[in-house]
Amino acid sequence: MSFLRRIKASALVAALAASAAYAEEAVTTFTLDNGMDVVVVEDTRAPVVQHMVWYRAGSADEPAGASGVAHFLEHLMFKGTDTLADGEFSSVVSANGGRDNAFTSYDYTAYFQRVASDRLELMMQMEADRMRNIRLTEANISSERGVILEERKQRTDSNPRALLGEQMNAAQFLNRGYGIPIIGWRHEMETLDMDDLLAFYDRHYHPNNAILVVSGDVNADEVRELADKHYGAIPANPDLPERVRSVEPPQIAERRIVFRDPRVAQEFVSRSYLAQERDPGDQREAAALTLLAEVLGGGQTSYFTEKLQFETQTAVFSGAYYRGTSLDDATFDVVVVPAPGITLEDAEAAMDETMARFLIDGVDEDLLERIKYQLRASQIYARDDVDRIARRYGAALAAGLTVEDVQAWPDTLQSITSDEIMQAARTVFRRDASVTGYLAKPLEQTEVTQ
Amino acid sequence: MKRLCLALILSLTAALPARAGVDIVEVTSPGGITAWLVEEPSIPFMALEIRFRGGASLDAPGKRGAINLMSGLLEEGAGDRDARAFAAEVESLAASYSFDVGVDNLSVSARFLTENRDAAVELLRTALIEPRFDQSAVDRVREQVLASLRSDSQDPDEIARNTFAAMAYGDHPYGSNYEGTLESVVGLTRDDIVDAHQAVLAKDRIYVGAVGDITAEELGPLLDTLLGGLPETGAPQPGPAEVNFSGGTTVIDFDTPQSVAVFGHSGIDQDDPDFFAARVLNQILGAGGFESRLMTEVREKRGLTYGVYSYLASRDHAAVLLGQVASSNDRVAEAISVIRNEWQRAATEGVTQEEVDAAKTYITGAYPLNFDGNGPIARIMVGMQMLGLPIDYIPTRNDKVTAVTLDDVNRMAVELLQPENLRFVVVGKPEGLDQGG
Repeated sequence: MSFLRRIKASALVAALAASAAYAEEAVTTFTLDNGMDVVVVEDTRAPVVQHMVWYRAGSADEPAGASGVAHFLEHLMFKGTDTLADGEFSSVVSANGGRDNAFTSYDYTAYFQRVASDRLELMMQMEADRMRNIRLTEANISSERGVILEERKQRTDSNPRALLGEQMNAAQFLNRGYGIPIIGWRHEMETLDMDDLLAFYDRHYHPNNAILVVSGDVNADEVRELADKHYGAIPANPDLPERVRSVEPPQIAERRIVFRDPRVAQEFVSRSYLAQERDPGDQREAAALTLLAEVLGGGQTSYFTEKLQFETQTAVFSGAYYRGTSLDDATFDVVVVPAPGITLEDAEAAMDETMARFLIDGVDEDLLERIKYQLRASQIYARDDVDRIARRYGAALAAGLTVEDVQAWPDTLQSITSDEIMQAARTVFRRDASVTGYLAKPLEQTEVTQ
Repeated sequence: MKRLCLALILSLTAALPARAGVDIVEVTSPGGITAWLVEEPSIPFMALEIRFRGGASLDAPGKRGAINLMSGLLEEGAGDRDARAFAAEVESLAASYSFDVGVDNLSVSARFLTENRDAAVELLRTALIEPRFDQSAVDRVREQVLASLRSDSQDPDEIARNTFAAMAYGDHPYGSNYEGTLESVVGLTRDDIVDAHQAVLAKDRIYVGAVGDITAEELGPLLDTLLGGLPETGAPQPGPAEVNFSGGTTVIDFDTPQSVAVFGHSGIDQDDPDFFAARVLNQILGAGGFESRLMTEVREKRGLTYGVYSYLASRDHAAVLLGQVASSNDRVAEAISVIRNEWQRAATEGVTQEEVDAAKTYITGAYPLNFDGNGPIARIMVGMQMLGLPIDYIPTRNDKVTAVTLDDVNRMAVELLQPENLRFVVVGKPEGLDQGG
């Protein structure tokens, strides 16, 4: 039960969860008069509700030079408003037995609370309040800047794997915000100020740029009434700017990154390829890539595991990953952690050879059928966790997909053929649009140990 | 990119929760195996939680890591299926089995569909009772454990926790990493793995919770099919750990931009009549998410960290009050000084009625939120059984919290908090930090 195997298990779970069906899910969607989208997922088994607001604004929507401002603002949203003192938001949630938090990604920022279902209105009242009424102070900004800089140190600077990932992303995207870390580059985080924060807030935090997602012990009519009262009262911003982002130029050269760090205990090689994302009304290629990741490097019987871990024992771990829920380009990633005595160069060669053989061998139909059965089963298991269904809707809608896309996704996955998977593989495995990364020990250390 | 992740994992006492409408019945199989059951027929699957008390603390002398490695091998071939055939069968059933080992128990968390329940139970039976431990699987999984251990050896969090545990518990199993060491794991043989299996998986230490689409009549025979073939007894449990704490600060030099500090001293048993008073105290001190005194002082006011927390780690053989913080090398000394001050302030001045009220409201209000799915409810029920709580405990739990008074909490602040014995282990390159003790 090493950490590597746990990573693999959680990646699989995520992939399965991404496809839970709407068929038996009690999902209702509607839009308020001011343009705010609403999704309600009902499950009355426990008297608990999760209340979330997602903004269609993430780190990839930041202006040049202000990296990290989306995430910094997320932190400061827990400070005061006209009617709430600093920190009072979380205190009220807590005093009602609830838990609250927030998260920022490339395409969205989301805020959530989990509370007893009879406290839903209070949560809405406070969340609606801070959508337009935050009041920042220089003192808040200064102390919270210390917090986000510590967060960057904890998550990224103290972790060689995270540092390699950051370098690989930066190399993968030539012209997109996805190449800039969500938390920001340190030198820009240090300079973020009141103007940067308020500019981002005023540009993006409006009801017609937000999605309300409520899950648990509620009914849709009641949610509509409360949402109308609290969020419906906030006027839409008629000048909400269109979400236009810079576009990638053609990628015409393979990139290679070697990151050496004395803190590296376990070396590995990883490669990311630029990949098609899910698009509204057009999800087949993304569905094929989702299944490709499972077939090639998903579970214990995947092609990589079979060849690299069982047959040749070149790797102690291998895997393939794809997350297609993205406003713009996604990536398809493969990783090989070499067995002792195998160099990174040999591991990469084995990875390439295995991928080449996969393109010849094609998809094992038994494996594909097992994967599809698991995806169908995941629709049943998903009904036991409505909060996860809620997050799936929130992330998809914030990334530009529609309710119809979310609901069509499970059937789309089931309908993909092995020919489509192989076609997707031939398209995506293009070295000119790839970044190969080595996480390596320092040279002198390598010489000593090998 | 969660704003705060540390505070959210502090649901330790949530091992004994409750929700309105959880209807637990005790089922005893014809073969004498007892389980707690909640019937929940609305979704066609069930969650099954099985725990064996003892876990990795039952490692034989010189065989550290054997039980951890054994746990990782339960799904690597069983009965007439080798590792690959076993994995393919799990996938074919769309079941999931996870085997997790910790210092106090080995837990098996399974979920499977109603439509193929018998096959899923039979497959799990082979994993628990007829694991093959093929030499090739032992060698392969061993390499994965070694890879994990190598990574841990360069992870400041792991270094801090392991150092702290060794100082606190000495030779007791709690004092060493249950995954073993690079040396001990390399030395493990297939025989050691077989011995580890016999030491842990036995009927005299088993606890079961089941939630989902199954009736009491169906569950009894299922338990016998699944677990009836286990041996009656396993290895003896380790005795209580002698906890040794003395105040001071230990620094482990490690080249990283941010120091990690683990801190703590002795705590309180979960069956102590004052446990809930201690729980309220710790909620105020360091467990209360953004509201705790430690978060307020170290993060919100001074921006010295992304997260700081404390928790009551009340295990089978020792109880401690632990905490953790990470802060830049040039600021960690200040963070530690603030934490020491807060410890002292709470111990000498106590807390306020307002704080006690807010903490009690949170603890009672958060309780029903834990019952959010078949798997979580199954785990909660097993936790209750292991603590010896009655089956009708859930509706009474919040009353015990509500009964805690300001006097109780302030008495605990004096008895539990020992500023003079608060030990810090710091991993990094901290500046201006005095070592001592």
